[in-house]
Amino acid sequence: MPGFAVRLLGASEALVLPLAALAASMVLFGIFVTLAGVDPVEVFALMYKGAFGTAFSIQNTLQRAAPLVLAALCTALPAQLGLVIIGGEGALVMGGLTAVAAALALPAGTPPLAVQIAMAAAGMAAGGAWIALSGALRHFRGVNETISSLLLTYIAIAILNHMVSGPMRDPASLNKPSTPPIGDANMIGSIPGMDVHWGLVFGIVFCIGAWVLMDRTTFGFAARMVGGNVRAAAMSGLPVGRLLIITCFIAGAAAGLAGMVEVAAVHGAANAPLAAGYGYTGILVAFLARQNPLAVIPVAILLGGIDASGGLLQRRLDLPDATVMVLQGIIFVVILASETLYGRFRVFNPKEAA
Amino acid sequence: MASKFTIDRRAVLRGIAAGGALGASATLPFRPAFAKTTTVGFIYVGARDDYGYNQAHAEGAAALKSLPGIKVVEEENVPETVAVQKTMESMINLDGATLLFPTSFGYFDPHMLKMAKKYPDLTFLHCGGLWTAGKHPKNTGSYFGYIDEAQYLSGIVAGYASKSKKLGFVAAKPIPQVLRNINSFTLGAQSVDPTITCQVIFTGEWSMPVKEAEATNSLADQGVDVVTCHVDGPKVVVETAEKRGLYTCGYHASQAPLAPKGYLTGAEWNWSKVYTDYVNLFTAGKPIPNLVRGGLKEGIVKTSAYGPAASAEARKHADAVKAKFMAGDMVIYKGPIETNDGKTIVAAGTSHGQTDIWLESMDWLVKGVIGGT
Repeated sequence: MPGFAVRLLGASEALVLPLAALAASMVLFGIFVTLAGVDPVEVFALMYKGAFGTAFSIQNTLQRAAPLVLAALCTALPAQLGLVIIGGEGALVMGGLTAVAAALALPAGTPPLAVQIAMAAAGMAAGGAWIALSGALRHFRGVNETISSLLLTYIAIAILNHMVSGPMRDPASLNKPSTPPIGDANMIGSIPGMDVHWGLVFGIVFCIGAWVLMDRTTFGFAARMVGGNVRAAAMSGLPVGRLLIITCFIAGAAAGLAGMVEVAAVHGAANAPLAAGYGYTGILVAFLARQNPLAVIPVAILLGGIDASGGLLQRRLDLPDATVMVLQGIIFVVILASETLYGRFRVFNPKEAA
Repeated sequence: MASKFTIDRRAVLRGIAAGGALGASATLPFRPAFAKTTTVGFIYVGARDDYGYNQAHAEGAAALKSLPGIKVVEEENVPETVAVQKTMESMINLDGATLLFPTSFGYFDPHMLKMAKKYPDLTFLHCGGLWTAGKHPKNTGSYFGYIDEAQYLSGIVAGYASKSKKLGFVAAKPIPQVLRNINSFTLGAQSVDPTITCQVIFTGEWSMPVKEAEATNSLADQGVDVVTCHVDGPKVVVETAEKRGLYTCGYHASQAPLAPKGYLTGAEWNWSKVYTDYVNLFTAGKPIPNLVRGGLKEGIVKTSAYGPAASAEARKHADAVKAKFMAGDMVIYKGPIETNDGKTIVAAGTSHGQTDIWLESMDWLVKGVIGGT
């Protein structure tokens, strides 16, 4: 067998296994809805229609996927170094809040583009600092980064609630405490010809950038070496602390940018709905994508589609809202379980078989 | 072997059927051209059966289902993000909805406003009373009720029931709507006995069951013997209070089934009337008022039926005040009213009727309320 075919076959394992796991999850979900007394064929037909069946549905799916792409990077990037960061929600919230603060701090009459750039920079810096703090606590103090990033999320949400109902509150926002609006002129609009905001483009660009950084640069190589074995990396003279904190910063910056997009493209101000749970769904996306920055994009679209179709299941079949949560859960468990199957099928490794 | 083949064939047939269904659904026009049935969309921020805010709206929506030519589509647990915009659009594009009720307060700005601009021919009605002429699109409107009237009546009944003269209030956020309910409840109780106090605990979130239970327990530990609340789902508060042997006054919907012993009465929304009125106007092609408000008199709010623990004396007093509300000559905020930090907020001789816009920026608590804004 020619060399490239062998390599192709080996690479296809990474595609075939998750797809098979996905198919298996669908079968399990089909059994679940049948037990719930609904025709699975109708469920799948509606899900397809709600997620991808019409031009509107596709845009609905992409719109819902947009924040998930950036939020997932917050978990996927530190994972290259062997860190499990689950605090994307906190970085997103801090990013959104700081972005609004930046917009409000600029004098009136600043050109919108300048305001938007300042917002993005401030949002990324704040989100980055938030996760870098977790990384630093890990490196210098030995604090478990999973726990610290989760706890930092609670702090971030508390800061958000305090700021929007206290120091940064717009007195005109009586029953929905919010910061003053950033102004319509400063909002970032939709991608031309689509009803999807720019967050999707930012997310895809960020994913590609992250992949290049991790797969094609010495920085990425060093980072992955830390992920492989911290001690070996330190022994060979790699600056483990710096790699760790910089990667955490970039990861947090991705989530912070997601927060900036939320306020600049959707809400127009910072308020409690900013903490909508994208950061938590992002963890799911990152794990399903096996922490691969490029795989984050299709997985986010898949979850966006499930989310988009959930409403139709509620409306047409009278299924409870939790139905799509069940599907998400099944997919998560089956894909994680399928991890154990890598390398166990000879068809993907013809050399070993021979 | 034969049986295995049968299963395979069935699977294949099912697959073909699924493929056919997908193909058909992808080509059919979704907006029904024969729009004789009016599709009305309802969106809830929480669960439809939360014994609270969302259930009150869902009960209102349920009242429409029996009307001829009306189809109701509903979606629950929709967050106040771009998700609600997409849910509205999904109802419009895939279900053909022409009248939409996004019921959560936070759906209004920017989400509903954005959709209303995008679909100027459709009608969007929002619960919260935020519509302002000249500022908001003509195809939008809002409705809200002076539910503090019913809270005042609850306060009266609570005032009679309380032995310790200490009432408790589990509240979500210190915003004007909530503060007004706390004040009206307390003033109602103080109309029975001016020495009554009301301990308020803010949870900070609209729906945070764990904190609500903790708050209720903490109130019970402090000697409070009647509890009410203003959170999205009063279920946990009422259940916890019943377990601790306290009396409760409900909110949003009736929680009487959750507290057969301690439930006194409650302040409820009467959305079925509001929604039926709206839909009748809509289907008749008549103009829809952009702002609908009212209290007990207009039938927008109501009180729960008295529970066994409500004394005859309390019922008599509350019914008399209710009659005054129904006649339109009851004023809750009549001077002198002092705040709990010692300021006179309403001078003797002045009064603020229910429609007074000044009451809607309330940021103070009356004397006798223990707690800060």
